[in-house]
Amino acid sequence: MAKIWVYAEVTPEGGVDQTALELLTKARELGEAEAVALGPGATKAAEKLGEYGAQRVYASDDEVYADYVAQPAAQALYELATQHQPELILFATNYDSRDVAGRLSAKTGSTLMSNAVGLKSTDVATTAIFGGSLVVDCQLEGSPKLVLVRPKSFVAEPAGGSAEVVPVEVAIGDELKKAKRVERHEEEATGPKLEEAPVVVAGGRGLQDPANFKLIEELAQAIGNAAVGATRAIVDAGWVPYALQIGQTGKTVKPGVYIAVGISGATQHLVGMKGAKRIIAINKDEEAPIFQIADLGVVGDALKIVPQLIEEVKARKG
Amino acid sequence: MNIVVCVKHIPDPNLPGEMDGTRLKRTGVQGVLDPGDEYGVEAGLQLKEAHGGEVTVVSMGPPQAIEAIRRALSMGADKGVLVSDEALEGADALVTARVLAAAIARNPFDLVIAGVESTDGYTGTMPSTLAEFLGVPQVTFVKKIEGANGAIRVDRQTADGYHVVECPLPALITVTTAVNEPRYASFKGIMAAKKKPVEELSLADLGLGADDVAIKQQVTELSPAEERKAGEVIEDDGSAAVRIADFLKEAKVI
Repeated sequence: MAKIWVYAEVTPEGGVDQTALELLTKARELGEAEAVALGPGATKAAEKLGEYGAQRVYASDDEVYADYVAQPAAQALYELATQHQPELILFATNYDSRDVAGRLSAKTGSTLMSNAVGLKSTDVATTAIFGGSLVVDCQLEGSPKLVLVRPKSFVAEPAGGSAEVVPVEVAIGDELKKAKRVERHEEEATGPKLEEAPVVVAGGRGLQDPANFKLIEELAQAIGNAAVGATRAIVDAGWVPYALQIGQTGKTVKPGVYIAVGISGATQHLVGMKGAKRIIAINKDEEAPIFQIADLGVVGDALKIVPQLIEEVKARKG
Repeated sequence: MNIVVCVKHIPDPNLPGEMDGTRLKRTGVQGVLDPGDEYGVEAGLQLKEAHGGEVTVVSMGPPQAIEAIRRALSMGADKGVLVSDEALEGADALVTARVLAAAIARNPFDLVIAGVESTDGYTGTMPSTLAEFLGVPQVTFVKKIEGANGAIRVDRQTADGYHVVECPLPALITVTTAVNEPRYASFKGIMAAKKKPVEELSLADLGLGADDVAIKQQVTELSPAEERKAGEVIEDDGSAAVRIADFLKEAKVI
């Protein structure tokens, strides 16, 4: 059976990034799934990785992998892959994984397939282009084959197994200890996590003024159990923190209901939200592309409609 | 500081994309400097203004990609390098990185700057692969840059906030669109750009052969995705809020 590796991002507390569990679920369907976890918390994380189908977890709790950007992890992964010869290595399109995958591609000479949204076999991955309107099948090449998969491409399901932990002992020289993380800042978030919320209310340029973003927050609050999101345009403009960005370079969400307020529907945004079960769009411009995918589209002034909607929702919830 | 900025000439993102067989159609399509790259050029110019030195713009692409280089030169970059070769048509991120590395490594450099990802292909992996080929550290998703002697200190975007990263030079960074506000090219700048040197190189000039640039990533099939259908579209006549609330009720979220 083909040996398929999943590069798993872990937290110092032993938590596993959800994307790794998604990838393991798919990997165990296609072959023998194994995981590589590097950095503090890796050994502890092996339990969870095993539960989702990893038969073996190559783990190191060494801080060097968390302190220095990409280079140590890429080197360790390269040495491990050379030794154990996986057929395919899966990465999630996350900040750190993407960097590690990019460097590994140069080391192995394997082409790296990006933005995959599906895997037909260990040889063929699919991606979507033009805002998801066209599906492209890509033949994978190289040894090992390298694929970056977008979050939420697969549904994570536990398999109930346990993994053998294999300690990673790779020497990391000083020449790989260059780009050092010296401070870590987390932006405080309240309410449900954007990626997990059953309802997402998101705002864009059509809100016209940063102060109007509070309408998005109030609507989310009125609905309850809803998270707020934003387009790249207003994140770049500094209205809201990057943590709220939904789209190609931001988060991917698949809520039950997505409410797009003042969002035109640029490809870059659609990629991150078109998997929503139901989409409501409010926009002044009747030509806005968002209306082509909305289940309910309202052509009108969001600044008028949203306050009315907040009152209506509050009234109905009593 | 010797600063190298990687730029890409792409089909105008404001026009609808078209396919040419299994590839994105590029010939006969209006091209522009990738809007994301303007932030890289601006970052290079600001570092040069603060610390002195030179900004070189490097690109790989068909002959008309020189337009993207000229655009960067008109913003204020000093000189350009274009690698153009028929054998590079359809190059993937790995090949692009290998070619750019060969072009960049010919001269000493302190910092290579690229956009986070191109607007047309958006793989976002080319810069990391390039950094590995150049043998330098990389910091991607940079939204703030402070230069110092022989090192940089940057804010790197993360999923839930940001990290401050310190990195000795030479190094490679990719910048987000939050890093600065790119300047407009002045008329004077546009005129001056016409006289700035642009070196045009072939693969042979870089000592690369057909094996180095063989495209390993092949598209085998294209098929339309299951389309989301547009649903009901209404004009707000004052009752839209009620209609939306009904919809939310049907969806059982209120």
